[in-house]
Amino acid sequence: MYDYLETAETTENLRRVAVDPISRVEGHGKITLLLDQDNQVRQARLHIVEFRGFERFIQGRPYWELPVIVQRLCGICPVSHHLAAGKAIDQLVGIEPENLPSAANKLRRLLHFGQVLQSHALHFFHLSSPDLLFGFESDINKRNIIAVLNDYPDIGLQGVKLRKYGQEVIRMICGKRIHGTGAVAGGMNKALTQSERDYLLSDVDQIIAWAAGAVELVKKIHGSNLPYYDEFATIRSNYLGLTSADGALELYHGGLRAKNDQGETIVDHVDYCRYNDYIHEEVRSWSYMKFPYLLSLGKETGWYRVGPLARINNCDYIATPMAEVERLEFKAHGGEAMVHSTLAFHWARLIEALHCAESIKELLNDPEVMGHDLVAQGEKRYEGVGVIEAPRGTLFHHYQVDENDIVTKANLIVSTTSNNMAMNESVRQVAAEYLSGRELTEPLLNNLEVAIRAYDPCLSCATHAVGKMPLQLELVDVEGRLIDRLIKHGDGAIEHDLGG
Amino acid sequence: MSKTITIDGDSIPFEDGQTIMEAAAAAGIYIPHLCHHPEFAPHGSCKLCTVIVNGRACSACTFPAMDGQEILNNSKELNDDRRRITQMLFVEGNHLCPGCEKSGNCQLQAIGYYLNMLDNHFLHFFAPRELDASHPDVLVDQNRCIFCTLCVRASHKDGKDVFAISGRGINKRLIFNADSGLLKDTDLDVSDQAAHICPTGAILIKRTGFTQPIGERLFDHKDISETSLEQEQGDHDR
Repeated sequence: MYDYLETAETTENLRRVAVDPISRVEGHGKITLLLDQDNQVRQARLHIVEFRGFERFIQGRPYWELPVIVQRLCGICPVSHHLAAGKAIDQLVGIEPENLPSAANKLRRLLHFGQVLQSHALHFFHLSSPDLLFGFESDINKRNIIAVLNDYPDIGLQGVKLRKYGQEVIRMICGKRIHGTGAVAGGMNKALTQSERDYLLSDVDQIIAWAAGAVELVKKIHGSNLPYYDEFATIRSNYLGLTSADGALELYHGGLRAKNDQGETIVDHVDYCRYNDYIHEEVRSWSYMKFPYLLSLGKETGWYRVGPLARINNCDYIATPMAEVERLEFKAHGGEAMVHSTLAFHWARLIEALHCAESIKELLNDPEVMGHDLVAQGEKRYEGVGVIEAPRGTLFHHYQVDENDIVTKANLIVSTTSNNMAMNESVRQVAAEYLSGRELTEPLLNNLEVAIRAYDPCLSCATHAVGKMPLQLELVDVEGRLIDRLIKHGDGAIEHDLGG
Repeated sequence: MSKTITIDGDSIPFEDGQTIMEAAAAAGIYIPHLCHHPEFAPHGSCKLCTVIVNGRACSACTFPAMDGQEILNNSKELNDDRRRITQMLFVEGNHLCPGCEKSGNCQLQAIGYYLNMLDNHFLHFFAPRELDASHPDVLVDQNRCIFCTLCVRASHKDGKDVFAISGRGINKRLIFNADSGLLKDTDLDVSDQAAHICPTGAILIKRTGFTQPIGERLFDHKDISETSLEQEQGDHDR
């Protein structure tokens, strides 16, 4: 635990270093460090400084707009928001997940596998592979997808095409790659046609092969410096996610399961509509992002991680054969019940990508996925909860409506929020173990970003930073005077100007 | 020898009593419009159909066709003016296409595309507009009303006079014919033509939003000039 670094005892004689914005993540956040005269880190924080306000401005709108409006939270995982809201408004028309028409259920699953595949491919290849292939402290000009395409054209191109395939699955079902329509209250608005199905089937074997190749690649990278990869930014934590009734990895629908760092079950098969009985959120003054925790464990120790690492750790098995083989190897690697390595997020993420590719093939070969019985209706209700495993973890949508179908209250717990405490812990671990006492340089600071990036955070879900992000490092003395400043411009040029 | 008018150099016939808009539509010539509908008396309020008749600007939907008129319609200057008018309509209301269920079926959006409108140009009014969801089957979102009065005219034809326009300037709004002022207390029925006539997303049938998939919406494959002529020539033939 590195929580002693959350707040310095005193800020006297400490200098502040900020990484602002964090690049190659979705959205806008910053990291701040307070260092003493010997460069020892005294405080390290990840701040989320954007405010979106979706929960407020969807109040007063009719509920059927929800899946289409809230998906605008994100340009990377809009389908996850679309489907979580879709599941919530199903309940508003009296439809529980088990009463959804089978064709609609399969179509939504296919859609979500496409979403998770494209998001995972984007994160690994476009955002993280530069760090993993060139090194965390490599030349800054190398740390972008363009350099990957230049130096590793096969890997880069496969990443782009894997993502494209996921986007094509989405387009076939939603009419657009980003921000289409599909889920309506009680079902879906369009059947998959034979020609659309055949179009997707024609490439699926290649996609599975590439996804399997990506798992091999990440294993090779992880194995190339095993102790480092196992320990960098690593923290022990609880894990939360959905699993199916028989404990299988589940991305679309299931019960909540939480395990502790020993792999012992904290809760299992919890109906997610009762999430509020199990999860609460704490607010801290220095971040717009809340800190959720498991109620039964309390604020101090109840924080948990979500996302690929949590899901692969939590599930009992994966229903597709190739991904299951990889899961077994992944779990065996850790040598204990749970894998805590933060960089193993990448490994777990690509096992999921493989699972998605296999599942897409399975669903495309199921004739029912082209069924036309797509919408069911029941008795009107006034409250709906939809929970889904988004690429970045468990995503909660909760709405209340009035008798005129108008939204009166909304609560969203987005995946990245659940990882807030963990990301802060990882930042503190890296600051304490890898930065403390060293002269800070830009490549060194990238270590902090590497720790954050492993979680694939969606900090606001709106802006996307690839490659040469402008970056400014400021050295400020205790009176707030600027002592030194390092500026990285949008074109990659570095400027060192002495402030003061 | 039939009487003719000339639109952008093409001579077209017309019948006595036809407006320029009607004569143009019958001849397969599209004149952009929003408040005009072939089933109702012209209103002449949106001004998108402004054409130059013998050197003077006129509304094609209200101006009668007369023998020998020289009419300018599809010129850069007129389309530039029409684009500005459309931009004014966008900033006057609160038109947020990304979350609107009328997107793809909306005539205002389609006109924007037709006129190659790439931004709003003007500052938004951000006018406070209300939503009336009190009716069990019909929802009115004043944010998207462009005051074309098609619902007013249609409801009059329905024999109910449910709708009227009230107020001026930024406070202008659609009002409902009930003591309470609420839509639920009017005679409006979901089967009324007035409930289906809105060219934008201001009057909507509840619980039907987004049920029509992308690819099957009115303007997904054809622009508004094509759909408008098909519809109005169809009406004319009937």
